[in-house]
Amino acid sequence: MNVTLTINGTAHTYDLEPRTLLVQLIREHAGLTGTNIGCDTSSCGACSVHLDGEAVKSCTLLAVQADGADVTTIEGMASADGTMHPVQQAFMDEHGLQCGFCTPGMVMAASSLLAENPSPTDEDVRIGLEGNLCRCTGYHNIVKAVLTASGADQ
Amino acid sequence: MIPAPFDYVRAESTEEAIALVGQHGDESKFIAGGHSLLPLMKLRLAQPSVLIDIGRVTDLSYVRDAGDHVAIGALTRHMDVETSEVLREHAPLLAHATSHVGDPQVRHRGTIGGSIAHADPASDLPAVALALGATYVAQGPNGTREIAAADFATSYLESALADDELLTEIRVPKMNGAGWGFEKFNRRAQDWAIVGVAAWRRNGDAGVALVNMGSTPVLATGVVSALADGASVADAAQLAADGTDPQPDLNASIEYRQHLARALTKRALDIASS
Repeated sequence: MNVTLTINGTAHTYDLEPRTLLVQLIREHAGLTGTNIGCDTSSCGACSVHLDGEAVKSCTLLAVQADGADVTTIEGMASADGTMHPVQQAFMDEHGLQCGFCTPGMVMAASSLLAENPSPTDEDVRIGLEGNLCRCTGYHNIVKAVLTASGADQ
Repeated sequence: MIPAPFDYVRAESTEEAIALVGQHGDESKFIAGGHSLLPLMKLRLAQPSVLIDIGRVTDLSYVRDAGDHVAIGALTRHMDVETSEVLREHAPLLAHATSHVGDPQVRHRGTIGGSIAHADPASDLPAVALALGATYVAQGPNGTREIAAADFATSYLESALADDELLTEIRVPKMNGAGWGFEKFNRRAQDWAIVGVAAWRRNGDAGVALVNMGSTPVLATGVVSALADGASVADAAQLAADGTDPQPDLNASIEYRQHLARALTKRALDIASS
């Protein structure tokens, strides 16, 4: 069936099997491979994208459920001129990543968190990112990055 | 992992959803946020041949002050329950417990009705609704009926809902200033509870329900009776595991779950009593 949605500001229509997951649409049909598949069971958060402005786990969403929605992936976070989103910049400045696999999902979850709570405490960030696993950093610099970004223009 | 193939139909209204399930029968399943159903479908633990998407039935998303209770539309998302001012004032135990469901991404999609209809004894909300004495409204081809939370879960992942019925509303009695506590014990932040306890106290009344202590959410009736008879919280909490039938798994043995039920009941009641 046809699924029409906007990804990073561009409208797309795909003819898909109903069982196609949103993350498959993003990676395999739209060719945007910044969104990672980690656990594939809505635990790790690597597949987090924004659906109508809120972070969701795209491995646990059918593409047909996103019909008509506005999706933002990690590729849509930087400005057209390449200027990084404040959360991306903060992850770089605070060394909030090592291997980088969880980073796209972390950035999407963190920016959604900051949209809902622009001035989080350290604890707010730790609780707010409970749906995203990182196996490298021990989270400390990720939390620092989100706190740094919260002082920036969202 | 992708689910097995299925046909997909979309309902725009409650009536259309019920008509569609009448048409497609018991091989069909409703999908709302999908955060209980899709993981099961990916694991082939559920293989409905037709999915009826009710995620766009917007008239089932609301939180209303209805006098002696708060009426919550079944399609109200966890994030909207958690942040509802009406619920924070009149049913703070539910608003708080909902903030412990899954993680923010899950709460952006998952719905209260989906969680309750799924009837998972390891889920937080069915036990919270049970402790609060909630009533569920189900709509079918012949109209609506009310089901008490205590009569809803019939066995593991099974409920009193008929195949052609849709859970449409959750009615939560106002807590009227009752003290409350919610204790959820797990190893990782976003996990299901190994054991959880929802408790409230107001004057001589109390309600206590347990998460993951049997094939359905369980009312800790012995604890409540003991409190009514004047027992201390510590003594009453010792009865929390009585009559329960917890299962062992990788996280906990039966004995450990029983211990957790007693310890967490004491903690929740201490907070509710303070």
